[in-house]
Amino acid sequence: MSYAAVVPEFVRRQSFIELDARARAQSLMDAGSWRELVGPFDRVESPWLPMQDIAPESDDGCIVLKGAIAGKPAVVIALEGKFQAGSMGEVSGAKMTAALDLAAKDSQNGKTTTAVLLLETGGVRLQEANLGLAVIAEVMASMLALREHAPVFTVIAGTVGCFGGMAIAAALSSYILMTREARLGLNGPEVIEQESGIEEFDSSDHALIWAINGGEQRVGMGVADELVLDDAPTIAAALRRCLTTGLPQVHRSQQVQLYRERVAALDTLQQIDPFSLRKSWKKETEEGVTQ
Amino acid sequence: MSTQIGLRGKAWFQAFTGKNSPMAGDPGSLLTADAQLGEDMARFLCVVPNPGARFPCARRGEVGLEESYTLATRVREAIEQDKNGKKRPIVAIVDLKSQAYGRREETAAIFLACATAADAYATARMKGHPVIALVMGNAISGGFLTHGYQANRILAFDDADVVIHAMHREAAARITLRTVADLERLGHEIAPMSYDIRDYAKLGLLYKLLHVESPEKPSPQEIRTVQGELVAAVADARVGPADLRNRLESTAAREMRKASILVRTKLEAEWLEK
Repeated sequence: MSYAAVVPEFVRRQSFIELDARARAQSLMDAGSWRELVGPFDRVESPWLPMQDIAPESDDGCIVLKGAIAGKPAVVIALEGKFQAGSMGEVSGAKMTAALDLAAKDSQNGKTTTAVLLLETGGVRLQEANLGLAVIAEVMASMLALREHAPVFTVIAGTVGCFGGMAIAAALSSYILMTREARLGLNGPEVIEQESGIEEFDSSDHALIWAINGGEQRVGMGVADELVLDDAPTIAAALRRCLTTGLPQVHRSQQVQLYRERVAALDTLQQIDPFSLRKSWKKETEEGVTQ
Repeated sequence: MSTQIGLRGKAWFQAFTGKNSPMAGDPGSLLTADAQLGEDMARFLCVVPNPGARFPCARRGEVGLEESYTLATRVREAIEQDKNGKKRPIVAIVDLKSQAYGRREETAAIFLACATAADAYATARMKGHPVIALVMGNAISGGFLTHGYQANRILAFDDADVVIHAMHREAAARITLRTVADLERLGHEIAPMSYDIRDYAKLGLLYKLLHVESPEKPSPQEIRTVQGELVAAVADARVGPADLRNRLESTAAREMRKASILVRTKLEAEWLEK
């Protein structure tokens, strides 16, 4: 019996989650096609963190790679979850916005350039509070402007997940890819527990957190598009598949009527069971497709 | 904070539009009306507290699921009605608590609800509607991202009850492992952390600060003055670009957002290199 036959499949996977943001971004682009823009040697750091005795990073936790995916021009923008929980500060936000704007400019000039956001973020960097919130509004505006010309992808792999204002931004993407380990939600469990009490949300209940925010649930209920295995080649392949599909006819964040009706139909007297919600929204979506 | 959330919003919505109730079919928490503003018919929108709301965590002026989808519906309705004609100004009156912090909301994907409203506002802006945010109370976090932050021009009242911020004091202190007193002190030294609207103005994101003597009960003279300011902002938005670049080009931004400007300059230069 060969060695490969006795080694389980999951052992042979190349975990994407275990990669840092730079290696994640590199793994998704065509080999040899990319170069990093405003990289660590440019040393554009947060001016606000040192004022608070917090060590900045030379890339501010945001990595921008310009290159190609499946031979097509692309920019990958990755947030490093290990630096300040991937939070959005002035510099990381400006990097993301500038890259999106340049992709939009190239796309308008006939060189369609897609953007892939790798989001591991708690949202606003509270040490840069109002600038963090402002850059998220700007990222959203730039995503929407690019989305008119080229698809914008969000990949959420974990383990930080995608929360706060950046979850709103994620929902503006053309496609969202998530692993089972990833989470997507506006308010993190700790924030809800603090604001609305432990009876509203027990942030120590991990099963509950993943039942609500987890990748399987978000894809299952139709608010994210693909559930991917934590394996770099698998994620790269899924991305290429979506890229072939191109821009969706209608973006999810334009489907106001559909979701307004779904919310109107919810029984709000008690908490909503995530699994029942998934089943009912999925059923509607499938029926809608077959019509 | 001395003033009650929504009190100002309601008073000014009524002052601008003569109305104080939602449009047919809308929840009690969202006021929308079209009213004369200078030579335009403008659409005014305001999120207000609704103690009888279906969602228990969205009764005190929070932007929740119903508020977001209704905002998106009403903004998109204006875009659709004006698609072949003059683009009406859209005025977001901002006096809200925050986004809704509830489990029901998370389960039903409130992040998507917020995105539909932000998308609608940004779409209106990109299609040539002057979108104006008038902040007269709290504009906090996801609530502001959903209702107001996609505007081409942001105006705010200049007083202590106006707070634009990423998170209210107590929560921000807990999450950054500081005391509220520390946070207040840091706010005075570090402008983006401040809870003071005058420090916010230093960031260069605001079009104008407006001084209003009696923001809870505006006099006819004050209403006319603020309307005049809105008309001027609308005119300015109509001649400017439909994106948000003005937020980086203001005199204040050139001072306070040097790092942002540096990033943009460098990234553009490196983007073009072969």
